[in-house]
Amino acid sequence: MPGTLTPIDTERRPQRRPERRTDDTDHGDGGNGRRPPTDKRTGGGGDNDNWNDRPQGHRGPREKLRRYRLGVFFALAGDMMFFVAIVSAFFVSQASGHFDAYNNYINRWLPTAIPPVLWLNTAVLVVSSVTAEIARRRMFNQIDAMEEWFGLGRPTSRRAMPWLVATAFLGLVFLAGQVLAWRQLHLQGVFMSSNVSSHFFFLITGVHGLHLVLGVAALIGAVVGLRYSSQVENRQIIVDCSVWYWHSMGVFWLFLFTLLAFFQ
Amino acid sequence: MTPITRTSAPSFLRRAICTTDHRAIGRQYLVLALISVAIGTVLSLLMRLHLTWPEIGLPGHGPILPEDYLTLVTFHGTLMVFYVLTTAPQSGFGNLILPSQIGTRHMAFPRLNAAAFWLTATALATLLSATFAPGGGPISGWTAYPPLSAVASAGPGQALGMDLWLASLALFSIATTIASVNTLTTVIRSRCDGMTWERLPLTVWGWFTAALLSLLAFSVLLAALLLLFCDRHAGTSFFIPSGDLVGRTLHGGGNGSPLLWLHLFWFFGHPEVYIAILPGMGLTSMILGNFARRRIFGYRIMIATTLLIGFLGILVWGHHMFVAGLNPFAGTAFSISTMAIAVPAAAKVLSWLATIWRSRPEYKTAMLFALGFVSLFVAGGLTGPVLAQPILDQYLHNTFFVVAHFHLIMAMAGVFGLFAATYYWFPQISATANRPGRLMSERLGRIHFWGTLIGAYATFLPMHITGLEGEPRHYAQLTGVPGQAGHLLATTIPLQAPITYAALFLAAAQLPFLLNLALSLRNSKPAPPNPWQATTLEWAPEPSPDEEIAAYRVPCSYHEGNNGATFLPQWVSDVSTE
Amino acid sequence: MAPTPHAAPLLALRWPLPADASAHGPSLDQHLILNLWIAGGLLALVHVILLVGLLSRRRVGEPKRSWIVEYLPLSFLVLLFAGLAIQAEILWAATRYTGADPAALQVEVTGMQFAWYFRYPGPDAVFGRTAPKLVAPGEGNPVGIDPADPPGADDIVTSELVLPAGREVDLRLHAHDVIHGFAVPEMRLKQNAVPGETIHLHFTPTTPGTYAILCTQLCGAGHYRMQANLRVLPPAAFAAWLASKQTGATP
Repeated sequence: MPGTLTPIDTERRPQRRPERRTDDTDHGDGGNGRRPPTDKRTGGGGDNDNWNDRPQGHRGPREKLRRYRLGVFFALAGDMMFFVAIVSAFFVSQASGHFDAYNNYINRWLPTAIPPVLWLNTAVLVVSSVTAEIARRRMFNQIDAMEEWFGLGRPTSRRAMPWLVATAFLGLVFLAGQVLAWRQLHLQGVFMSSNVSSHFFFLITGVHGLHLVLGVAALIGAVVGLRYSSQVENRQIIVDCSVWYWHSMGVFWLFLFTLLAFFQ
Repeated sequence: MTPITRTSAPSFLRRAICTTDHRAIGRQYLVLALISVAIGTVLSLLMRLHLTWPEIGLPGHGPILPEDYLTLVTFHGTLMVFYVLTTAPQSGFGNLILPSQIGTRHMAFPRLNAAAFWLTATALATLLSATFAPGGGPISGWTAYPPLSAVASAGPGQALGMDLWLASLALFSIATTIASVNTLTTVIRSRCDGMTWERLPLTVWGWFTAALLSLLAFSVLLAALLLLFCDRHAGTSFFIPSGDLVGRTLHGGGNGSPLLWLHLFWFFGHPEVYIAILPGMGLTSMILGNFARRRIFGYRIMIATTLLIGFLGILVWGHHMFVAGLNPFAGTAFSISTMAIAVPAAAKVLSWLATIWRSRPEYKTAMLFALGFVSLFVAGGLTGPVLAQPILDQYLHNTFFVVAHFHLIMAMAGVFGLFAATYYWFPQISATANRPGRLMSERLGRIHFWGTLIGAYATFLPMHITGLEGEPRHYAQLTGVPGQAGHLLATTIPLQAPITYAALFLAAAQLPFLLNLALSLRNSKPAPPNPWQATTLEWAPEPSPDEEIAAYRVPCSYHEGNNGATFLPQWVSDVSTE
Repeated sequence: MAPTPHAAPLLALRWPLPADASAHGPSLDQHLILNLWIAGGLLALVHVILLVGLLSRRRVGEPKRSWIVEYLPLSFLVLLFAGLAIQAEILWAATRYTGADPAALQVEVTGMQFAWYFRYPGPDAVFGRTAPKLVAPGEGNPVGIDPADPPGADDIVTSELVLPAGREVDLRLHAHDVIHGFAVPEMRLKQNAVPGETIHLHFTPTTPGTYAILCTQLCGAGHYRMQANLRVLPPAAFAAWLASKQTGATP
């Protein structure tokens, strides 16, 4: 059996632990509580880490998917540190001032009023996460995946594709909305260099927008992969990873938007 | 889709560029690091020559002006810290050896691995191109404090040269983040059967912790670089304070703070130096255990100290900023966290000493360099607590005392780790599809070791003295300075020439190494399998394509009974007796 | 941590430190020398253990237990470093946690590429306003004193720092352009001057003489020659110097 099909559930349920017997000191705990029984099966384990207790092989049927998900997780963790650095610079700059020639403490932070279109953009991004998740779940639909593995057409790809396209489309709408917000600010004479708060507004929205462009590219890559990738496992992985990235960018945006809207 | 059949093997160029084999990529990183260290060493020699004999000029260039000197300083630091000490231990040897040590055939994401390498190579090319920028290369050091680095008119080379430096480091940050994602995923998900966390060799723990630090730190550097770029080109003032007057021009419309850069940079910068040293510490433990034919003393403690050093390394960045204008209470807080790192570091040293205690080891070159690592790590590390006390840093900050400290521990101990790795793993480095692995010459290795050890101490121990005398860093010359300052600097001059001679000797001592490399690569005598009687998986015989290797015990399971001659490697299952 | 009689000569060894002329200098020096001897001693000890361990015959049998090899030395080191740290923090707090004495002499230090300027407030003890736009070193106004501001009329601007011996001085560090490092090695002082900030540094010079002021934070091509003289005069001589400057300053 190949990698990433959803296995039937009975296989994934963990092995039942042996019954506790009070008279067997080797295996039971005598009613006093003890370490769980040692794994006596041969093959290199034996350190109570249940290394060998894995269904269908030593790492499980979703080995490749879990590997890619872990990679995406770490990449997002690094990315989060990037945003954390910018946000902490935000708070530091907001709180700092200087003494002018008259010995007055001046803080020149003038909050940048966010264009109302940003609310609409946020809603669009939330909806796009919903469509993305629908697409992702359709890729893992058990029966469809099994049919696909057998070579009976591509039902998962067929059913997920329009939702992926919808997500990419909504992403582009979001980006257009962000550009619109920028233009609205420019028309009011607020540029990146205008005030410390506008430095951050444009920087934060710009950097997030750049990440979203990469996200849209990933989604387009997923659509292309659905068409051209030859293994269902790989198709599932590329959609899954793109969508998790998309969700993360959505969550980051919620935090950043809250920051810009309420914490200036 | 019908598969494409190849009628001929892919060309050498195609293989070199498109390879996703972790060994090839590791070798590529090592070549990149070798080029960088060669350039960096030449730059440092030029710096030393200029400081000692300022009147000597470069052929074809003329006299070394102060801005030229500072460009040398900047490039030396940037090349060595980033392109040597962050690439070679982690990505160079990590790529080569990590998969084998955990019993897998590939890194988790081979194509990403190749992409990271080529991004690093592009970053290096960008950096080197900054030398040719109009205005010259940047002069703000590897730490690039604004406003010197934020205002293009603040110094020669701070325009395009500085931008290229920024671009280079931004690319490098992205590449290193990708590489660390790869390492982390590989260690967590690709270990073979039986390779539990407690059985991982300490080198893998070193790579793992360094990758965790990389992931956290380089993103912050990237953010700082982005903010600096915006200050330079988008009219922002994250780091430029209001009323900043450079020359006759006012800069900075907003309310920036140069201290913000220092916080962001050093939040990255301190974990960076632990990234440079952690793999070497892990390797030292393994090599000492190997050649002493001993179990490593306190294996679990060593794992814990590796993680603890990594964790504490994130909390100490303020010790670079004691006199930078911080709240003095912050100075106390950072001082305490910095002193705390002395504890796990000392635990590691004690474990190394205990491992080789009364062991009559085999003095192969790799062992010599591992012992040298211990010596230099202690020598450089013991001045750490001195600098960690803010009242003492008030005198010693930015003097040559600090230079001596980090050179002994990073440049020498860190590089000794790299040398040890090269001699130890040369059969793995030199093994290709066509040729078996070879061994390096022990004789040349011993000459290399003693020359380097003596040269290292001879060069950097006197710097403690000049630092205590007050010699500041980044001074383009020590002569020709007017006023009382000239008299103070004059007291530091007598030791300059001996230091320079020692540095030249140290550089010359690397020639046997290069010769050794060249000869050994051309040598045809294959190395015996497992030449060091090691226990870790990279020395196991290559399993057949449908077999998997497995790990059965902790590494360094040497038996005391036979002076350690009998041993059970990790890949051999328990057979009847013993 | 008072030095023992045996340690006193060792701790009195000052080379290679330059002579120190400040009130907090001797305790700093003593602590530094103590640290260096300890570091040197530990370095030698580790190497002795290393050599003895390598040269001795191979041990047969079980290694010593963890608590002898690891935990005991570690506890000792923890106590040692904690002791050093506590003493260091006491010294640090003494110089940094509190501000200067209200009666301290106020001097403003301004660093710019590549010179130091010093400003005394004059008889009215008030510094005049400065503005970056008014900075004109070539016209005798290097720190940019606003001529329209009355307290600034009697400010004295010099390019050497002159201080009276035995009186605490409160320096206000400014920088015009980039970060500079105000350092007086012979007063065991160092503090960065950051543009946009006013950073206070106070100390008491004790011995008359001429000392070097250096810049210790890379500030550009002229970093190495950004220096000034610090002249410490006996109080009477300082008063005379100040008076001579004042007659020169007032129009």
